[in-house]
Amino acid sequence: MIGGSTGWAELAGLAQAHLLLSGCAVILAVLAGVPLAIAAAHGRRMRGPLLAVVGLMQTIPGLALLALFYPLLLVLGRASGLAIPALGFLPALLALCVYALLPILRNGVAAIDAIDPALREAADGVGMTRRQKLWLVELPLGAPVILAGIRTAAVWTIGTATLATTIGQPSLGDLIFSGLQTEDWQRVLIGCFAAAALALLVDAILAIVESGLKAGSRPRLAAGLAVLLLAVAAAFAPLPRGEAARTGSVIVIGAKNFSEQYILAEAIEQRLRASGYRTARRDNLGSAIAYRALAAGDIAVYVDYSGTLWSNVLGRTDTPPADVMLRRLGRDLAARDGVRLLGALGFENAYTFAMKRGRAQALGIATLDDLARAAPRLRLASDLEFLSRPEWRAVQARYHPVFADQRSYSPTFMYRALADGSADVISAFSSDGRIAAMDLVTIADPRAALPHYDAVLLLSRRAAADAGLVAALRPLVGAIDIDRMRTANWMVDRDVAKRSPAQAARWLLDGKVAGAR
Amino acid sequence: MISFDHVGKHYAGRRVLDDVSLTIERGSFVALVGASGAGKTTLLKTINRLVEIDTGAIAIEGRDIAAQPVAELRRRIGYVFQGIGLFPHMSVAENVALVPRLQGMPREERAARVAELLDLVALPADLAARHPAQLSGGQAQRVGFARALAARPAIMLMDEPFGALDPVTRDELGAAYRALHDVMGLTSLIVTHDMAEALLLADRVIVIGEGRILADQPPRALIHGAGDPRIEAMIAVARRSAARLDALAAGR
Repeated sequence: MIGGSTGWAELAGLAQAHLLLSGCAVILAVLAGVPLAIAAAHGRRMRGPLLAVVGLMQTIPGLALLALFYPLLLVLGRASGLAIPALGFLPALLALCVYALLPILRNGVAAIDAIDPALREAADGVGMTRRQKLWLVELPLGAPVILAGIRTAAVWTIGTATLATTIGQPSLGDLIFSGLQTEDWQRVLIGCFAAAALALLVDAILAIVESGLKAGSRPRLAAGLAVLLLAVAAAFAPLPRGEAARTGSVIVIGAKNFSEQYILAEAIEQRLRASGYRTARRDNLGSAIAYRALAAGDIAVYVDYSGTLWSNVLGRTDTPPADVMLRRLGRDLAARDGVRLLGALGFENAYTFAMKRGRAQALGIATLDDLARAAPRLRLASDLEFLSRPEWRAVQARYHPVFADQRSYSPTFMYRALADGSADVISAFSSDGRIAAMDLVTIADPRAALPHYDAVLLLSRRAAADAGLVAALRPLVGAIDIDRMRTANWMVDRDVAKRSPAQAARWLLDGKVAGAR
Repeated sequence: MISFDHVGKHYAGRRVLDDVSLTIERGSFVALVGASGAGKTTLLKTINRLVEIDTGAIAIEGRDIAAQPVAELRRRIGYVFQGIGLFPHMSVAENVALVPRLQGMPREERAARVAELLDLVALPADLAARHPAQLSGGQAQRVGFARALAARPAIMLMDEPFGALDPVTRDELGAAYRALHDVMGLTSLIVTHDMAEALLLADRVIVIGEGRILADQPPRALIHGAGDPRIEAMIAVARRSAARLDALAAGR
């Protein structure tokens, strides 16, 4: 153990995956970017549009760019009939490559532009062909500036690759994202430091190559290239992976990006392993990506929530009673995507509004009607997606609250905002352990604006056809009530006596589910 | 023999060469003189097609240059210019051996040729391993001449080759090149805006103005009456400086 829940083996594995991903992305960007830069430097007409397009892509936030490649590849896969993986390595590679393109392209164009006109004249005067001019004059003279661009691209890419976690590609971002969610700061720091160290290391190696090029020093150039080669070899070298060995068929378990999802994914994993299955994890999937990944068969099983599926997947705006919704979901998801809804786990993780108990009592707020009346004097803190979700629109339509201030936070900071008084009301999840632990009250919804969010186990078409797998997971159905889930969540989220999601999952399964160890 | 047949060239609607017809005999040393923008450099560069003409035709030894592969044409013609243009990432030897290398001459032969050429332009052999940044201006342009002569061209084109050099080096290098021209039987064209340089180096001075040939005479004939006041003025400047220097030396 390096610290907390992070082990050396995990760190080495993630660092290697990180290096492999960023290395491939930079190499791809060089292969595409340098010829493009040459073409743009020579063809004045294509330069403007090309640099504008690449510059524009650069302005797309990294997270969004990564997420955009998912539907793009899905559509491509469907249109071409090829088995294009839409999750994991490929989309991460493509997005990072697009990101790395700009510095390579810009520096490449600048490098060739900066060549002394007298040398161009001399090259023409001695009778060099276009190709000879490129290889004998433009590239050797431009090499240091081109390489400086590659250096910038490499550092950016290694930094941005931490975001690849969100589309299911393991990277050092796994530590950062899961650490942020479970408030395991040590884990976050280890992830950050490791990514920074990797970036600095690669930058230093490229700096040696660059200085060798500039000084025309062959030994220095050779030394730099040798170390670079070593780094590439390290990215490809097999690591002792133990149980996660990637042979045979592996059941991939998906999880979105919060503690409860990690715990439930762990619980599923522990059940499957107890039944002899090999498993792998795709954590930190975006809400919309997770379901599509399941429908496409990229993941085999994960836990989602009925209300989310109802509005986001089926596009419904009504809020029927819980049992009706579950029945309809089971039928429609199976018919549409071949997805099997194995059953509800026994608790709800619904959107609700929460306040500190004392403040709610002082203002006399018990229902959303009361809250709407008091709203102009209150500040709302929500999670990142709530304000753009149909649930919020439904609340607005039925209660018309107008808050003095509305801000979005990542869930951890949202609770902090409520605790330190920067916010009066938050959009909470009903199964969140912090509700009990912070002595919060949830606000009642008499007009039924907010739909039900029963946690449900979803299986892909292939997983559903595996009787052993279904048998291993069926005992989880109806086995986890809201109090147990809140307690398990709190074990992971609290600051003191923190437990890992794996430990919380073990606690959740112990005694509650027959056969679990 | 180089022949120009009604050659015309426009730049953005401006006539830079206006119907120029001209014949340059083999072995002659021709200076192209004129004010800046007169078209003299343009005329020179049409010969190795660094400038492509709009109308007319240029032929070398009776063969139209437009019909020849441009890279090969240029490798057969030496080109020296004010910017010198030695490649900074190559050694002196690599710069000098560039054209033979492009023509596919084997490495050992190239090394021998480099030694021969450095000797020809009066540079010590140990300069071969240096890089252009380590040379003085005069040395660099000598290397420039060696590079231009490497493929044994019959024609040498020079665009203000001494323009960036100090007067002593300029004079030295001018005389050295004139000697090479005579020994090797080259056909030389030099562009200069310095009338004295043209008169003293060349066998034939062609004065260009606004894209046309204003005068085309041997130096001695030109100095004795060009008939055009613009040319008279150029010659007068050169003569007055010489006269003043004489007067100064005589103590008058």
